[in-house]
Amino acid sequence: MSYFIQQLLNALQLGSIYALIALGYTMVYGVLGLINFAHGDIFMAGAFFGFFIAVMLKLSLIPTLLLAMFLAAVLGIAIERVAYRPLRKAPRMSLIITALGVSLFLENFTRATLGGQQRSFPKLLNVQEFALGGATVTNLQILIIVVSLVLMLLLRYVVQKTMIGKAMRAVSDNKEVLALMGISLDTVVMATFGIGSALAATAGILVGMAYPVIDPYMGIAVGWKAFIAAVLGGIGLIDGALVGGLILGFVEIFAAALLPSTYRDGIAFAILIIVLLLKPTGLLGRPVVKKV
Amino acid sequence: MSLLHAEHCSMHFKGLKAVQDFTLDLEEGELVGLIGPNGAGKTTVFNMLTGVYVPTEGKIFFQGQEITKAKAWQINQGGIARTFQNIRLFGDMTVLDNIRVALSFRIRYKMLDAVLRWSQYQKEETRVIEESMELLRLFHLDGKQHFLAKNLPYGEQRRLEIARALATKPKLLLLDEPAAGMNNKESEELMQLIRWIREHFNLTILLIEHHMPVVMGICERIKVLDFGQTIAEGTPLEIQSNKRVIEAYLGEEVED
Amino acid sequence: MSKSRSKRLGFWLVILALGVGMEALGQFEIIDGYVMQVIELIGINIILVASLNLINGFLGEFAIGHAGFMALGAYISAIGTVKFHLPFVVALLVGGLLTAGVAYLIGIPAFKTFGDYLAVITLGFNMIIVNLLNNIEYVGGPRGMVGLPKSTNFLWVFATTILTLVILRNLVYSNYGRVWIAIRENVIAAEMMGINVNRAKLKAFAIAGFFAGLAGALWGHMLQYINPSSFTYLKSTDMLVMLYLGGLGSLTGSVLGATLMTGLLEVLRDFGVWRMVISPLILLIIMLTRPLGLLGNREPRFVVPKEPKAAEEVSHNVPAAR
Ligand SMILES: Nc1ncnc2c1ncn2[C@@H]1O[C@H](COP(=O)(O)OP(=O)(O)OP(=O)(O)O)[C@@H](O)[C@H]1O
Ligand SMILES: [Mg+2]
Repeated sequence: MSYFIQQLLNALQLGSIYALIALGYTMVYGVLGLINFAHGDIFMAGAFFGFFIAVMLKLSLIPTLLLAMFLAAVLGIAIERVAYRPLRKAPRMSLIITALGVSLFLENFTRATLGGQQRSFPKLLNVQEFALGGATVTNLQILIIVVSLVLMLLLRYVVQKTMIGKAMRAVSDNKEVLALMGISLDTVVMATFGIGSALAATAGILVGMAYPVIDPYMGIAVGWKAFIAAVLGGIGLIDGALVGGLILGFVEIFAAALLPSTYRDGIAFAILIIVLLLKPTGLLGRPVVKKV
Repeated sequence: MSLLHAEHCSMHFKGLKAVQDFTLDLEEGELVGLIGPNGAGKTTVFNMLTGVYVPTEGKIFFQGQEITKAKAWQINQGGIARTFQNIRLFGDMTVLDNIRVALSFRIRYKMLDAVLRWSQYQKEETRVIEESMELLRLFHLDGKQHFLAKNLPYGEQRRLEIARALATKPKLLLLDEPAAGMNNKESEELMQLIRWIREHFNLTILLIEHHMPVVMGICERIKVLDFGQTIAEGTPLEIQSNKRVIEAYLGEEVED
Repeated sequence: MSKSRSKRLGFWLVILALGVGMEALGQFEIIDGYVMQVIELIGINIILVASLNLINGFLGEFAIGHAGFMALGAYISAIGTVKFHLPFVVALLVGGLLTAGVAYLIGIPAFKTFGDYLAVITLGFNMIIVNLLNNIEYVGGPRGMVGLPKSTNFLWVFATTILTLVILRNLVYSNYGRVWIAIRENVIAAEMMGINVNRAKLKAFAIAGFFAGLAGALWGHMLQYINPSSFTYLKSTDMLVMLYLGGLGSLTGSVLGATLMTGLLEVLRDFGVWRMVISPLILLIIMLTRPLGLLGNREPRFVVPKEPKAAEEVSHNVPAAR
């Protein structure tokens, strides 16, 4: 039983991190129809921003987090400006390959300038253990889960209630409404990349604190997983990212607990494939209608 | 036995009843019109008949065989072809290739023939090209066979779409607003063309059209839909004087 | 007409000269073994990219797990030569054919979806294949297989590459290719023209799998060792980059993309870690200046096969077809 609770917490932790990153994929997809392959690397960049802020400026957790979120947002917006905007009218595939290029560039540029070695992330939190129903919980785990949840609720609020959030939804559902709202597409896209990147940076710092090492290629595998989570839940849907992230987290942790850990990735993908075959547009996605 | 028989067909999209209790019998050689205001469900009827949608209720028979749940490609191979309201050509392919694609399921050569370009390949491709060119000539598109379909002017795209549908050698041809976007002179020509292909290809035709002179001019029988319901059926004369039709449809259309 | 014929003849003579010349230069060690291996790698990449082009370019789908098929070909052929001591040709063909079979089977569920979902599913199968290979002790698990005979040489690669390109070209410019392109252009209209879309897609997928399998087999017997980590999504990504660099729907583009990218990575070897910075930068610059890749979907005239006789009269004196 305690083992189960332990695994449950691990799954929640992993799942909420996937969800945080998946949100960025899903938001950009909803607005531009683009699979932003560079998003995983913004997660990595966010971790490095956090690292340098904490080491060089010696800031504490909250300011580190906020500053890193800001820097990542700037990075995300800059990438959109330089690499994606000129291609907005080009075929979608060109845009996706460009995103792949940006991704490779970010990884390898970081590697070339900072070196490929793993760096241990500074301790921004005095890790303490608690007992919970026989399982041990750390305040770090709680922090990760709480921060993720709060940010997701906040995002939900922004998307549902604020002007810019409504504009974001208008872009994916109904372009005419957008024009009526008097908000330009560029503004919406900027906000989307900014928010998505800030969330990814948060995930980067949380992962840095939890594991506690970072390296230039940390965004690749996690990025793919988060993308899968987004698709699993139904890409383009905010709630889908949350659902997909949590499910993927649970599947990975429990698959690893039941089977040799080497099967972990295989199982995750097998589940993904099964879900997509049963529900081709993701768990929360509405079926696409053929209009003739 | 009628060529096409659809009984009590309905199509519901999550609460929206696009078509309700639609029944239709087409005799061989008939030219029947299907009209109704925007959103009446005309295209949806075509989609049910051609396997794009499976009707929520009802059954469809073609030459005595049930095709209610058949796939679009099976239905086409069985002898029903159609054009689309919003032209659906293979834009990045040449005019000739658009026709050749429609002939593809009759082409008899294997992958190995194609790779080695053996005589079977040569023979079949020669036949297909000749057949296609014949068809293009009938539609006055010869000379343009190497243009990309997307680069044709609008009227020629419409003609190419009809030619492509005919290339599949249908018994029944469904035309979805072929005169859309044409001026009076062009739609007059189109009308002649439709009459002529019916004779020449021995076709039965079901025609959706907003352009009243076209419909009234060439259809022998007309069915009127409104909000998914069949509200009238009869000869052009009968339809023109039908009160419900005038209310639902002709009223708004004729006046403007 | 005779002009185009002499151009074609010239083209084939150049190809032949290239093959014989390279082989001779290699034999007399004017080109050293290392460079020769790079050239072989270019050939293998051409096969991979051209076969991926069938799916992403001509059929218009978005498959991003091609490395999985490459892995299958490499492993199956390696089992053939190492464990069953089959002759290389046989192992090569078995590798290609079995991979085609697996591709077909994977295609059955995969093509129930399309677009980005298909992308995820193909990637998923790529990952699952790698994961399984990692877990099968018979093929060495994560360590992979070693001691493959050094059967791949320049001539093998050259011949297979040329054959692959000719076969793909002949298919693309036949009824099969027209059907694939029609599906890409408008799937609903294609289906309404009596085309069994699903079957056509599966055929394309199996063919692409076959050639990816061949490429994997050649690759394994070039390096003489294989392990699962060479076939992850990073490899698939490389192929995508080369494909889009050259241009979707152009086989010549695939040749160009694979050659340039493979060559570029070698040329940049002296730049150390910066190599991997410069090459994506170049990709970005090309995509931003030529969003459709270097060639778009164009094919030079002299590589397009001739239509049968009847078409000659049809096709004289007309503007370019593509
Ligand atoms: N796939 C679908 N999903 C949901 N609703 C649909 C679908 N296809 C059609 N409809 C709806 O069904 C109704 C009938 O549409 P349909 O296209 O058949 O009308 P129509 O008579 O062809 O109109 P028009 O003259 O404008 O072409 C419309 O309200 C349309 O929005
Ligand atoms: Mg309609």
